[in-house]
Amino acid sequence: MAGPGGDMQWCFSQVKGAIDDDVAEADIISTVEFNHTGELLATGDKGGRVVIFQQEIENKSQPQFRSEYNVYSTFQSHEPEFDYLKSLEIEEKINKIRWLPQKNAAQFLLSTNDKTIKLWKISERDKRPEGYNLKEEDGRYKDPNTITSLRVPVLIPMDLMVEASPRRVFANAHTYHINSISVNSDNETYLSADDLRINLWHLEITDRSFNIVDIKPANMEELTEVITAAEFHPHQCNTFVYSSSKGTIRLCDMRASALCDKHSKLFEEPEDPSNRSFFSEIISSISDVKFSHNGRYMMTRDYLSVKIWDLNMENRPVETYQVHEYLRSKLCSLYENDCIFDKFECCWNGNDSVVMTGSYNNFFRMFDRGHRRDVTLEASRENSKPMQVLKPRKVCAGGKRKKDEISVDSLDFNKKILHTAWHPQDNIIAVATTNNLYIFQDKVN
Amino acid sequence: AAEEGGPCQSKMAGADGDDSLYPIAVLIDELRNEDVQLRLNSIKKLSTIALALGVERTRTELLPFLTDTIYDEDEVLLALAEQLGNFTMLVGGPEYVHCLLPPLESLATVEETVVRDKAVESLRKISQEHSPVDLEVHFEPLVKRLASGDWFTSRTSACGLFSVCYPRVSSTVKAEIRQHFRTLCSDDTPMVRRAAASKLGEFAKVLELDYVKSDIISLFTALASDEQDSVRLLAVEACVSIATLLPQEDLETLVMPTLRQAAEDKSWRVRYMVADKFSELQKAVGPEITKNDLVPAFQNLLKDCEAEVRAAAANKVKEFCENLPEDNREQIIMTHILPCVKELVSDTNQHVKSALASVIMGLSTILGKDNTIEHLLPLFLAQLKDECPEVRLNIISNLDCVNEVIGIRQLSQSLLPAIVELAEDAKWRVRLAIIEYMPLLAGQLGVEFFDEKLNTLCMAWLIDHVYAIREAATCNLMKLVEKFGAEWAQNTIVPKVLGMANDPNYLHRMTTLFCINVIVHCCGYPYREITTKQMLPVVLKMSNDQVANVRFNVAKSLQKIGPVLDSNALQTEVKPVLEKLASDTDMDVKYFAQEAISGECLSSSTIVDKLNT
Repeated sequence: MAGPGGDMQWCFSQVKGAIDDDVAEADIISTVEFNHTGELLATGDKGGRVVIFQQEIENKSQPQFRSEYNVYSTFQSHEPEFDYLKSLEIEEKINKIRWLPQKNAAQFLLSTNDKTIKLWKISERDKRPEGYNLKEEDGRYKDPNTITSLRVPVLIPMDLMVEASPRRVFANAHTYHINSISVNSDNETYLSADDLRINLWHLEITDRSFNIVDIKPANMEELTEVITAAEFHPHQCNTFVYSSSKGTIRLCDMRASALCDKHSKLFEEPEDPSNRSFFSEIISSISDVKFSHNGRYMMTRDYLSVKIWDLNMENRPVETYQVHEYLRSKLCSLYENDCIFDKFECCWNGNDSVVMTGSYNNFFRMFDRGHRRDVTLEASRENSKPMQVLKPRKVCAGGKRKKDEISVDSLDFNKKILHTAWHPQDNIIAVATTNNLYIFQDKVN
Repeated sequence: AAEEGGPCQSKMAGADGDDSLYPIAVLIDELRNEDVQLRLNSIKKLSTIALALGVERTRTELLPFLTDTIYDEDEVLLALAEQLGNFTMLVGGPEYVHCLLPPLESLATVEETVVRDKAVESLRKISQEHSPVDLEVHFEPLVKRLASGDWFTSRTSACGLFSVCYPRVSSTVKAEIRQHFRTLCSDDTPMVRRAAASKLGEFAKVLELDYVKSDIISLFTALASDEQDSVRLLAVEACVSIATLLPQEDLETLVMPTLRQAAEDKSWRVRYMVADKFSELQKAVGPEITKNDLVPAFQNLLKDCEAEVRAAAANKVKEFCENLPEDNREQIIMTHILPCVKELVSDTNQHVKSALASVIMGLSTILGKDNTIEHLLPLFLAQLKDECPEVRLNIISNLDCVNEVIGIRQLSQSLLPAIVELAEDAKWRVRLAIIEYMPLLAGQLGVEFFDEKLNTLCMAWLIDHVYAIREAATCNLMKLVEKFGAEWAQNTIVPKVLGMANDPNYLHRMTTLFCINVIVHCCGYPYREITTKQMLPVVLKMSNDQVANVRFNVAKSLQKIGPVLDSNALQTEVKPVLEKLASDTDMDVKYFAQEAISGECLSSSTIVDKLNT
């Protein structure tokens, strides 16, 4: 594909969610994730619900309308709970969703809130049994005296029904809030990370998990950093990384020992002393880490930038992209309104040539790695006519504002795009604004 | 709920209806009941349903229905998979056994491993009931379908079926099966490669030796160097079976390079597997290779940088040494193994030390008296002083091995402080563990040593503040009395136990009663003097206790003592007390007193009377 700043244009495809400006807290989208084929797209929200969209079979007569995503299944994954021992409320908010590689006709995903991870099965049923011995199909009982022969039920076709059923509940292993889950390439284990620990689970065993990283100091007053994200390598089953609030990423090799306290690689960029400020540590905290599909690189997102690291080079990233550098002068007010603690996620496109991440004012950014080009796009109701091409946006960083530019001061910091996802093969992206899910795709000429 | 109300009440007995059909009709309807438990019940009685339907309808109606009901809960599917393995006669015998393949095939593709495994188990079972022709016409195509299925669940299931059909098919089909197995060994998904690796040994066993050498070895080598360590570690298991199949002269070239590589694998999980399977590997490769290769490999595993690996290897120390070739066993142990063992005694990881402590005593029988005294004894003594209670407990629990070789006296000086320390450990589970070894220790140390050094401990546990300890201490008393006899009990135990009857703490007074119960039980009739003269008066006196719990335990004790008393004592001493308790103000006391009166042979003659006449 060509770069997003170059030949390719993105156009609006769909928007999901309520239109009114009144946003119910429970409807706020908290995670977005495509499955491995891209046929299904899952979202989780603050109300503990998971909504799965399915891509329709392509419509041959209207090639410009590529397969749309429609609701396939909706279910309540987590309920609010109360921890009586600690007098703490446990929110139902879905922090992360991860799809499992497909193992049979059904689909499986892991969803997690702060404390409990659940394995869900989403399966289809298109047949139902018919025929009772002792009652009619409508439920009325037959006179038992009339039974002169036995009847075996038969299965007859019915309208497709999609069922979501909880298969496993992985609970009671996290003292702190779970921020990441990641399925291992061995297809039988996964990790879950909270602020201070990472646990390793077997997908079929719920009563036991192994602690593989523990950074909790003996004395909590000595605590200087927390784990912010963790992910398994896409192919090497023994390798995983975790990022910290200090801006470092540690790569661990599970072959070396059972407890991965000692990392095998530490990725860290020396700080530029000229940029040092009160906010340095806060903005260097990594909010997301993602391996590239080919497993050679990983991408990290901190408050102002996206960095691409080559796994073979620990001392600095190979690429750094500024997401919204114009906010550097605004850090003070962003600290006051807590925006500085927003956790932006990031994602790769299917062939690792473009990366995408979110910003404020419902803007999201794409960086074309090969062409060193970037673009700012907006997810908004105004641009939501079918196949409407998204116009690149520009923020004026100071000086004289040109036509079509938006001044930094007029950005709406309540409209933030934290969660985005890219179809594993195609140029289809899902972008979550507060309570809407936008789907965009490249323009087919 | 409506279901239960309906037809069940008007139990059918009509002129037209057939009585015998009704229960079957219910079972069939409940196959699709909303309640899982009812569905499960119906599935478990599937043979009843099939019997009523007859073989033909079972084949044409019931099995097609079951083939499509794979949406159910795991437990129902599991029960179904199991049932179908025993269904041959119900479908019309071996001639029709292939009708069972479709439902089992669909069960072999579900996502739950337990269900798939059960379906495979049933398929393996019914494969034996197929005629050679049916096997090729029906069974083998099913295996191929599973092996080339879209989803890895079906391909993993296929791995378990090759070995059952291979021996019974023609050579062309055999070649196909080998090809399928080869394909699965290099499957894209690690799940399938793991399944293939875990069945490699089993498949090798049914293959002709030439094919083992040509096919299996290359697959084995490939799986053992798989990129995923979860696959490599399964190849270690296959190594055992393959090595047993090959002639000794081929082992060096065909198996050993892979085994050596596994023992030094970069992943600790693979090395752990080697350590865990070490005894099996040792037996499979024979004494010569053991001497040249496995001894150094074992030394390395004992010195491994990962504690999990060291612990697994430490667990195997005794077995490995036992199985060394006898001609130079002692020399190998003394020069190669013992130095590593010595280091493990002061390992930094307590699991390693405790694994070693659970087997190290076994070395004394292999090395004999002199070596034990000179080399092992210092290690035992060091472990008896280990900071970790589990290490000490493991040594103490295996004292019998040393006792046989050098006698326990050598150890007793160090043993005593160790026991005392464990007996007073702050963790009650540790105290509980040492109590359980007391009878064994008492037997080995002898009554004199026991009376002198350990008796006080045993009595102290009776007044421990944790109930589980007091209970275990009571049980310990029983075992000690069984060991040392009633006379010993009378002189050493009974006075102390009875002394506690006046303790200000009612929990201790109850312990007296519990102890009396067990002592009566093991002294029994021949020593009834102890009961009637010493213990009965105390029990009777305790019936005036101010605490109700003590009083109802008196009632319970009297019930236990009853059988060894003569009817005179029962009538004149026990009965009045029980009657008094039966009119107690406390309702529990009343209850147990009445229980005792009705259970007691108060009215009729007792065993004692019968024996006297």
